[in-house]
Amino acid sequence: MSKFDASRRRVLKTGAIAGAGVALPTIFTASSAAAFTNEPTGGTVTLGFNVPQTGPYADEGADELRAYELAVEHLNGGGDGGMMNTFSSKALQGNGILGKKVEYVTGDTQTKSDAARASAKSMIEKDGAVMITGGSSSGVAIAVQGLCQEAGVIFMAGLTHSNDTTGKDKKANGFRHFFNGYMSGAALAPVLKNLYGTDRTAYHLTADYTWGWTQEESIAAATEALGWQTVNKVRTPLAATDFSSYIAPVLNSGADVLVLNHYGGNMVNSLTNAVQFGLRDKVVNGKNFEIVVPLYSRLMAKGAGENVKGIHGSTNWHWTLQDEGSKAFVKSFGTKYGFPPSQAAHTCYVQTLLYADAVERAGSFNPCAVAEALEGFEFDGMGNGPTLYRAEDHQCFKDVLVVRGKENPTSEFDLLEVVEVTPRAQVEYAPDHPMFAGGNLGACNPGA
Amino acid sequence: MDAILLQILNGLDKGSAYALIALGLTLIFGTLGVVNFAHGALFMIGAFCAVTLQRILNLSFELVDETQTDFLGNPLKVKTPYVEAWFGPDIGGSIIDWAVPLAILFAIPIMIGVGYVMERGLIKHFYKRPHADQILVTFGLAIVLQEVVKYFYGANPIQTPAPDALNGVVNLGAAIGMDIVYPVWRVVYFFFAVLIIGGIFSFLQFTTFGMVVRAGMADRETVGLLGINIDRRFTIMFGIAAAVAGLAGVMYTPINSPNYHMGMDFLVLSFVVVVVGGMGSLPGAVLAGFLLGVLESFASMNEVKSLLPGIDQIIIYVVAIIILLTRPRGLMGRKGVMEE
Repeated sequence: MSKFDASRRRVLKTGAIAGAGVALPTIFTASSAAAFTNEPTGGTVTLGFNVPQTGPYADEGADELRAYELAVEHLNGGGDGGMMNTFSSKALQGNGILGKKVEYVTGDTQTKSDAARASAKSMIEKDGAVMITGGSSSGVAIAVQGLCQEAGVIFMAGLTHSNDTTGKDKKANGFRHFFNGYMSGAALAPVLKNLYGTDRTAYHLTADYTWGWTQEESIAAATEALGWQTVNKVRTPLAATDFSSYIAPVLNSGADVLVLNHYGGNMVNSLTNAVQFGLRDKVVNGKNFEIVVPLYSRLMAKGAGENVKGIHGSTNWHWTLQDEGSKAFVKSFGTKYGFPPSQAAHTCYVQTLLYADAVERAGSFNPCAVAEALEGFEFDGMGNGPTLYRAEDHQCFKDVLVVRGKENPTSEFDLLEVVEVTPRAQVEYAPDHPMFAGGNLGACNPGA
Repeated sequence: MDAILLQILNGLDKGSAYALIALGLTLIFGTLGVVNFAHGALFMIGAFCAVTLQRILNLSFELVDETQTDFLGNPLKVKTPYVEAWFGPDIGGSIIDWAVPLAILFAIPIMIGVGYVMERGLIKHFYKRPHADQILVTFGLAIVLQEVVKYFYGANPIQTPAPDALNGVVNLGAAIGMDIVYPVWRVVYFFFAVLIIGGIFSFLQFTTFGMVVRAGMADRETVGLLGINIDRRFTIMFGIAAAVAGLAGVMYTPINSPNYHMGMDFLVLSFVVVVVGGMGSLPGAVLAGFLLGVLESFASMNEVKSLLPGIDQIIIYVVAIIILLTRPRGLMGRKGVMEE
């Protein structure tokens, strides 16, 4: 029986060596696993689709989810490939992403910032999502973008139109394909000038939150540059349902144009109320009274029915576009679901393909490598003409559509008609434009 | 002056909806002693009765038109409503056009039935439970009902227009040389509300049934001792209150496109109306409904908002606080109600 010399020095020495021995492989493992958050290690990669499944934008969220499911099908080699066939980059092969089969989890934003953050957090921490995407509100997008920055995953924004998303609240891990309030103003202004002239007086009704404020600022600046006057800017509560008491003062304000900076249910109700009060039949200052809805959504326009007829606005994309990318997407989506996709579905589908393509080109799921691949990326064939993902603010620059409520729709989907495709050059702005000032992209965070 | 008169009209119009919902709430509270948080959902179900009838009248058969194509390039399926095929395009088209007024007849039996099932199936089990339990169960019921409606009809607003003949505007100030242009349907809504409110008060005041109900509201135990089945009458009153909320919802659909959440939008405001009017007081509910509607409209005026920014968002609650501080039982509240 050997004698065990258990002196204090010997125990410490042995313990230190044993500890280092045990820790050594862990350190190496940890360093490789901790390269970035949720590095996919098996044969699959998980994406997190964070969309409103309940709440007022649930229908828009459902359309986003359909688009994501279609994108996953195409990425995994199913279906007809959709826009993968028209996309200028040919990195995607229909064998998943980097050879890993694409799987997905979904979260419900409820169009509430706290709920959206909680569902995104759950998908990152519990389900191992390496990228989060989706949403139908700027408040939600900004909140989730901040969370993804902290967690070290990429955020590919869904429908968010506030200047702030890629302005004062921009983040290195966040990317927006959708257009913004400034672009709406820049696209609409020349069309409004041609239609209504330069001597107009506008009255703004604005939803009282980040998106409404930035759109009001953008549209007022664009129309005032034409020579229009802005007689009043009235903020309306987001929870308002009956806008009659806000519409009534417009009648006696001297304004001859009403700009409705409203979206969703707010837009449906304020537009319906404005038409009910006979605004469109009025003649003020010797001119026909006009209504403008700067951000149109076909899904929401349906709720306003005939009231949208002849009313102008802007949109990110429309299913009637005749470029090859749009036609391919409409065919894939329409064949699978039986109706044409919305602009929300389009932007979400494109964002998923853009992320997957960036991973393929980077050769890694590392968010910093993906961000680098997306920054300054020029592409085409995705429905909006030649497009740039600008490196300075992670905003996509592409053509913007000016649309009008159709006078004689031929189907329940045929509510809007494209009046003008505004070229990208006309909606571009400097990264340090005052409307986008105050933010800092910061450094990419790989997490882990 | 025109602007002030216009806001008074707006206020009376908003107040009509508040008053109708609050009237139903008060009827239920006054008879059954139940604080019914599902009452907004009844307003919403009424609105969706109009949507449903509109869809029934628009049920169509499809004919393939080879000369046109759909968005995928396939031959277009042209829909023709059965109503138009049966009665001809003119009469059939008119029937579809008048879907909302016709929905009044459609909604009354449905709403009475919904009210009856709701009271007998769920709420009667909570009569002897604390008000907090009643609030929780009825609020839960409201959430279930709105989710059911969302499942079948989606989350987006659904346009349900007024008949073309009632869709324009009318100059209410023409007779006095003023320009007060107001939507015809909103005028119709106001007079409809006045008619319903008048009908309910007359029913309670001038019929034997109403007399028994009023007696039961005053002293339920004594009426029971006289051998009258007051519970049955109160159940019927629940059905009538549901019908009032439902009709308010039916007629509201052309004003704002209905969605599954519209009941919740009105619920909190209507409870404030009931509390300001005085718990259990029918005239109080009506008075407070119109009063708060008018005040809410005035608070939205730019002149007022420039003096007190944000007042339009809180005016109703400010008024509620002031009235409850000065008259704790509300404007026309009775002693002893909700004070045990």
